Amino acid sequence: MGDVIKKATRDSYGEALTELAKEYENLVVLDADLAAATKTAIFKKAYPDRFFDCGIAEENMMGVAAGLATCGKIPFASSFAMFSAGRAYEIVRNSIGYPHLNVKIGATHAGISVGEDGATHQCNEDIALMRTIPGMTIINPADDIEAKQAVRSAVEMEGPVYMRFGRLAVPVINDESYKFELGKGVVLREGSDVTIIATGLMVNEAVQAHDMLKNQGISARVVNIHTIKPIDRELICKCAEETGLIVTAEEHSVIGGLGSAVAEVVTESCPVRVVKIGVNDEYGYSGPALDLLKKFGLSAENIAEVTAKALAEK
Amino acid sequence: MESSMKKNLQKIACKVRMGVIEGTYNAKSGHPGGSLSISELLTYLYFGKMRIDPENPENPDRDRFVLSKGHTAPALYAVLALKGYFPYEELKTLRHIGSDLQGHPSIHTKGVDMSSGSLGQGISAAAGMALAGKIDGKDYKVYTVLGDGEVEEGQVWEACMFASHYKLDNLVAIVDRNGLQIDGAITEVCSPEPITDKFRAFGWHVITADAHDFDSLEKAFDEADKITGKPVVIVQDSVKGRGVSYMENQVGWHGKAPNKDEYEQAMKELEEELRGLE
Repeated sequence: MGDVIKKATRDSYGEALTELAKEYENLVVLDADLAAATKTAIFKKAYPDRFFDCGIAEENMMGVAAGLATCGKIPFASSFAMFSAGRAYEIVRNSIGYPHLNVKIGATHAGISVGEDGATHQCNEDIALMRTIPGMTIINPADDIEAKQAVRSAVEMEGPVYMRFGRLAVPVINDESYKFELGKGVVLREGSDVTIIATGLMVNEAVQAHDMLKNQGISARVVNIHTIKPIDRELICKCAEETGLIVTAEEHSVIGGLGSAVAEVVTESCPVRVVKIGVNDEYGYSGPALDLLKKFGLSAENIAEVTAKALAEK
Repeated sequence: MESSMKKNLQKIACKVRMGVIEGTYNAKSGHPGGSLSISELLTYLYFGKMRIDPENPENPDRDRFVLSKGHTAPALYAVLALKGYFPYEELKTLRHIGSDLQGHPSIHTKGVDMSSGSLGQGISAAAGMALAGKIDGKDYKVYTVLGDGEVEEGQVWEACMFASHYKLDNLVAIVDRNGLQIDGAITEVCSPEPITDKFRAFGWHVITADAHDFDSLEKAFDEADKITGKPVVIVQDSVKGRGVSYMENQVGWHGKAPNKDEYEQAMKELEEELRGLE
């Protein structure tokens, strides 16, 4: 474990934008006074003429992005998840979603791992909010490699995309050969007793949980669902049918996020028990990110514990 | 303005009003008051000002229009129909299931440049369009119409700050100051006045105009064309419900459709006005 490379997906976002700007002349970036934090500052440095700071005014930023998109630009509107999905929700819904404009929203600092800033900035509701917008694509990458390819995938498709990135440096678990496919889940570990479906930084925790469970003689499949919408119904149902039990793991509220999305598919098409791990209908609080993740049960240990318990009840 | 042109515009404005009444009557809902107060304005923009072509509605070099006060879509639809974007008869389908003419503007309707209607949002989109024009070095203009009640929305002022900061002199906002909003007079509900001073403080060039006088509108838009380095707002003083006697200055006609008798009376009045212009 000593040589694990760690990197925050917000860094991947800033780097990917800068890379893609060479290929896509109509790509422009908007930010709301958080360029240093969202890492769009990397883009700004390379392409100052294509970067527009909107100041601390996220609602207008989303509207400006919509207007730019009607004129053929590919705007990346960037801010924290709380302000992108939360504060600007109705503008995203009515000015971007309803007209189905080609706006890409880069939402960083998602989830509890924002850390010391505390509850007002720890957005555990963004996936839930964005999922309700018809035609919105939602991507929650697990690591640097996946995040960069997700940004490319977003620019290659037509229509609104919500990309969710983290503040915390997380292990790079994919290698350069990894190929991101929008809407397609990835089976990272085979298993037959139970399937752990994870997203974002919980994917690595799920992989660790797989090893812990293996030591207990439990064969846990691990699936990475990076695209929350449209979700990979086929793979989820296959896992439900083959393993008969699903545990979901996300750094998001258990209301409306990955767990809910999986449960919706499963109850509709392939009913088995779905146990959700996430933030349990409560606010976060200040503290170091890694400690908070443990406190909120967003850890490999807790995934292994919950999974083993659920399996015992099977 | 040349008198034959003025007469022609006055006739079109009258037909726009008839379209507003036709639409809201057939929909049994909608917003006639604020539609009637912008009838001259939209007529002037679509028949006397904007560089647009119904045969080529997606032309990237065209002028753009965003109806930020989207609830007055009946006036926009009437002017688009008269301009030839779709048949005038379609106005009767306003707000009906399956109609292209939604209660508030949708970008999917021919001739509509942006979905709007949730107040405060249209001006941001218009600013984005103006910024795109600057980035691309194009010379098109972007026009957006706001209500005087609408400027109570905070997003409007975020957009004003942005447009001024980026020197969007290709953006012209028009505030339709008819003085009324749903709950009453704007000065009594939660006053946004002084509107002109607020725009000035945000770095905009401010022009005032008489909303129902084409000479005044022409003068205002001519002045707007000369301004460089900052966005322009034209605050037009208007009469809500203008052109239909019983609707004029009546807050109750903000969002109510005429019944059969009221429809007939309104059409009679407008037909008389039109005859007077022939």
